[in-house]
Amino acid sequence: MNVKMVTGNEAAALGALRAGCRFYAGYPITPSSEIMENMSRDLPKVCGKFIQMEDEIASIAAIIGASLTGEKSMTATSGPGFSLMQENLGFAAMGEIPCVVVNVQRGGPSTGLPTRVAQADVMQARWGTHGDHEIIALCPSSIQETYELIIDAFNFSEIYRTPVVFLMDEALAHIREKLVIPENVTIIERPKPKDGPKDYKPFDINVGDIPPLANFGSGYKYHITGLVHDETGFPTDDPQITTDLLKRITTKISKNSSKIVKTKTFMTDDAEILLISYGSSVRAAKESVLQLRNDNIKVGLLQLLTIWPFPSSVIHEISKKMKRIYLVEMNLGQLYAETRIVIDSNIPLIKVNRIDGELITPCEISSKVKEG
Amino acid sequence: MNQEKKKLTITIPEEEIMQAGHLACQGCGAAIAMRYALKALGKDIILDFPACCWSVIDGPFPYSATQVPLFHTAFETAAAVASGITNGIQAIGNDHTTVMAWAGDGGTFDIGIQALSGAAERNDNLIYTVYDNEAYMNTGIQRSSATPHGAWTTTTPVKHFKKGEKKDIDSILVAHGIPYLATTSIAYAEDMVKKYKRAKEIRGTKFMHVFAPCPTGWKSDPAMTVKLAKLAVETGVFPLYEVVNGKYKLSIKPKELKPVEEYLKLQGRFKHLQKDDIDYIQKKVIEKWEILLKKVEMFGE
Repeated sequence: MNVKMVTGNEAAALGALRAGCRFYAGYPITPSSEIMENMSRDLPKVCGKFIQMEDEIASIAAIIGASLTGEKSMTATSGPGFSLMQENLGFAAMGEIPCVVVNVQRGGPSTGLPTRVAQADVMQARWGTHGDHEIIALCPSSIQETYELIIDAFNFSEIYRTPVVFLMDEALAHIREKLVIPENVTIIERPKPKDGPKDYKPFDINVGDIPPLANFGSGYKYHITGLVHDETGFPTDDPQITTDLLKRITTKISKNSSKIVKTKTFMTDDAEILLISYGSSVRAAKESVLQLRNDNIKVGLLQLLTIWPFPSSVIHEISKKMKRIYLVEMNLGQLYAETRIVIDSNIPLIKVNRIDGELITPCEISSKVKEG
Repeated sequence: MNQEKKKLTITIPEEEIMQAGHLACQGCGAAIAMRYALKALGKDIILDFPACCWSVIDGPFPYSATQVPLFHTAFETAAAVASGITNGIQAIGNDHTTVMAWAGDGGTFDIGIQALSGAAERNDNLIYTVYDNEAYMNTGIQRSSATPHGAWTTTTPVKHFKKGEKKDIDSILVAHGIPYLATTSIAYAEDMVKKYKRAKEIRGTKFMHVFAPCPTGWKSDPAMTVKLAKLAVETGVFPLYEVVNGKYKLSIKPKELKPVEEYLKLQGRFKHLQKDDIDYIQKKVIEKWEILLKKVEMFGE
């Protein structure tokens, strides 16, 4: 058994390398910098390429460029840098270019609390860039999950030809715990086009909702743009093509949400009260479940590993048998509205939040549940 | 002996505007830089920092080390915010307050260069200082485009130490046609104060490049900070000069440049270098020094 004692940032770098990431472009920012430092050390060992860029705009632009050549590519940042990346995140969604963007969340807005924990970029991950689009965002709560889930992030990004946001947080980034390196993991490689360079169209829906992407530099000549484009990739403002394109790039994710959504449950079988949480807050929520169970309160936990697309069906299903539901987040309740609309209106949904840069504690959650 | 000659002339203002209690590391060159810059510029000033060591050094309330108004802005916007402030105070009829952007090398050479170039092109009335410690020290010693060839950083680990020259930011700024540019060093306090006073009297964009050693990032003895800054000048690694309306003028001209190894060997960030690497650095330093002398000769006063 291959066991390591690593931090979340180290686990993210290790997982990315295992997933086949061979290109990293980034810019220093607390609390994500160790991901970059690890990649600068380890990528050359696997013939990968590491570049430190001049800012976050350049970082995401570079991974988009590298991804077009066929390299699995990634960058990592935190809130302020993620803000700068938003335009290009939309570009990657529009150009349908696979890439993984890690956001190690810290307190915000603006410079906020650079060395403190928060989960404040959940909505920014969904709607930070402009225009109608879908996004995949994953959120681990432990070192083990970080390693395993970032592999899923790369896989989803290749399967759905889309940018994937990997939402970590400061606490997870810097704690050190056991990581068991799994012997077998599923790694998805980018589908290659069947057509030769002459007949290839990068957005040809006749070959499927998610047409294969040819590698730049491999003889294929095609056009990629952030403008609305037709099947050849060249710009158009044709109303029908525009409608079809936007519907396709959104439904390719929404209609596959059951394959993308990952959740875990903890002691929910007989639960009457449910905690819903994600990321580092899950750790406190789990402990809170145990505390409350000691007091004979039947509580369970639903952990969201996928935040976007939102696990609406899973939450709806599990909520049916609950008397009350608590949404535990380290923000002011960013997922409240999203959760509220998927559970029956007669079931109370109560926010449990912490926004002071400290980790939410099990006692805080337990006492809120005991309040009723 | 003539009594008059013995009298000490004070060339650096005595008043301390930067106070004790700051949060800089021991031997921080950037802290010394601020102390002298404020002495020269006085209290009638508005400071503007992007993310950089100084956004931490100034300290949390009530430990603020600078007794002047301070705008801590986003990383890429030091010059742009200074442009806004300087035009704003002009609009309200204030023609006496100095506006100074104060940024590290990352916030200047890399992420901030677009805003800086914009301010310089418009020739907005501001002083822009880069305190150059040759890497992103605040986030944990990652390389910047001010990191010199050969240096270790956490993103240029020893096996892959930085290969490539430091960006010549000064030539880039000179090319903008700004009225005043000066390179200064914390080891030459009088020269530095004189240059800041001169900058204050000139209208337009003034660019001050302050060489500020960082013991934490350079893996050097905190007691050696001033010595290192001095050696950088004496070896030609960081020559001191001014460019006034395009005219180059050397401030300090060593009779003979010291070997660059004397400067390198005091720093852990260079300890992996082999003789070939040091020879290469020496060659480059001399090349650049000679180019500078040519510029002084061609474009001098």
